[in-house]
Amino acid sequence: MKTAGSEQRLAVLLPYRPAPTRMSIRIGPLPAAILCFCAVMAASTAWAQTGPTMLSPLQVIVKWSPLLLRGFAFNILISLMAMLLGTIAGLGLGLALLSESRLLAAASWLVTQFFRNAPWLVLLFFVMFLVPFQVTLFKTTIPLPDWIKATVGFALPVMANVAEVVRGAVRSIPSTQWEAAESLSFTRRQTMWLIMLPQCIKRMLPPWMNIYAIVAMSTVLASIVGVSEMLTLTAQVHAAEGGRPELFAPLYGFALLCFFLYCYPINIWTARLERRFRVR
Amino acid sequence: MATSWTPDQPIVQCVDVRKSFGALEVLKGISLSVRKGEVICIIGPSGSGKSTLIRCINALQPISSGSIQIEGIEVSDPRLDKLALRRKVGMVFQQYNLFPHKTALQNVMMAPIHVLGQKRAEVEARARALLAKVRLAGKEDTYPGELSGGQQQRVAIARSLAMRPDIMLFDEVTAALDPETVKEVLVTIRELAEDGMTCILVTHEMNFAREVADHVYFTDRGVIVEHGPPATLFTAAKDERTQQFLSQVL
Repeated sequence: MKTAGSEQRLAVLLPYRPAPTRMSIRIGPLPAAILCFCAVMAASTAWAQTGPTMLSPLQVIVKWSPLLLRGFAFNILISLMAMLLGTIAGLGLGLALLSESRLLAAASWLVTQFFRNAPWLVLLFFVMFLVPFQVTLFKTTIPLPDWIKATVGFALPVMANVAEVVRGAVRSIPSTQWEAAESLSFTRRQTMWLIMLPQCIKRMLPPWMNIYAIVAMSTVLASIVGVSEMLTLTAQVHAAEGGRPELFAPLYGFALLCFFLYCYPINIWTARLERRFRVR
Repeated sequence: MATSWTPDQPIVQCVDVRKSFGALEVLKGISLSVRKGEVICIIGPSGSGKSTLIRCINALQPISSGSIQIEGIEVSDPRLDKLALRRKVGMVFQQYNLFPHKTALQNVMMAPIHVLGQKRAEVEARARALLAKVRLAGKEDTYPGELSGGQQQRVAIARSLAMRPDIMLFDEVTAALDPETVKEVLVTIRELAEDGMTCILVTHEMNFAREVADHVYFTDRGVIVEHGPPATLFTAAKDERTQQFLSQVL
């Protein structure tokens, strides 16, 4: 054995280690839209081989787009109303979490944890099947259509998440602000509404928008319980066109595109606000 | 225990005040009295309970035993109307604690409008006059973040004065300031004292205490070691601890 060769590495096969890949690709809204469009178009090549009597996938989408977009508008309506309801309820619950009364704080903590840690779909099922389809109040019957129930179903987890955001934001304000307000004889309620919450709005806005983007995307869950929102309509359109397999990707791709174009700007805007508020 | 109080009686009367945080006794029987219009300075090493004492006077912290009476109102009374008490007692903090989302003028106006329910126009006139008095005319619409420490502290003083308190508490109000802005705040406090406001100051500014105070209390480890008029306390301290402290800071 040569002594000079001791420095040389022996020809041993080292275990294969793949180089770590960084999965952080930033896609601008325009390239993303182009990407989705290409996915839709790719499927039309499959159509080129079929008979001439059938509509191309693009023609199918164009033909049904008024209906599908109406479905999408319905998704947005549900998400906005769930957010409105959830925010109002969440603000109340958040203030209850901060209450000086131990009992109220503990009770609202339980409620918050319950709704934060329950799967959204399960909550949706509960609301759908536990709430009757109509209620009679003082001899007037108020119908409760599915989409209203779904809205309530989505508002519940929103409420719990907003409550946590409110609690966290108020807690993050230095306690010296409370002392200053106390020494000026402000009551606790005045301190909360005049001094704490106005200071919190900036801190709460980005996480609140984040919740909204998640709600908007989650509204498609309502298709499972039969609300005729975009995904339900997409499935129906697909069936109406004979369930042709080559239509699957374009039709659902169209739904994806709609949600993406709606939620992506919200996320960009949220990130921008977060960056701006961090400076101060 | 709200006895009828007359201005010839002490406006603040502390008798054997004790305060513990858990096992740690911070105040071990403090007694002092302040007459209307007097300026009191409390000096002493860090951790001697000075700040705790004036926070107890304002009922920001409850006392463990003893008695504090403000204009005859017992602070340790469980039925105490804290809000009513605090309307009589203004407080200025080391860290200014202005409301960052409100302008200087709004900071001064908020409490009189929302707490005392006074008319906005009347309060605004008074707030502008107060800001002018603390030499901040022209800064009414500036947010606290854009003001220097000394300017913020003067807004904080104006904010307390807007409630027309009978007593002002100052908790190391110059401790967080740059040396060059300390003076402008001290000038403001001196003017206040000259106007006849009853002031209780916790301070590390010995020269200021000597000039302004009617009476100086030296505290160490939760007790008042020595007290007297500044002329005697600063030049002829009797207690060894006081002498040692003064030799370090003067």
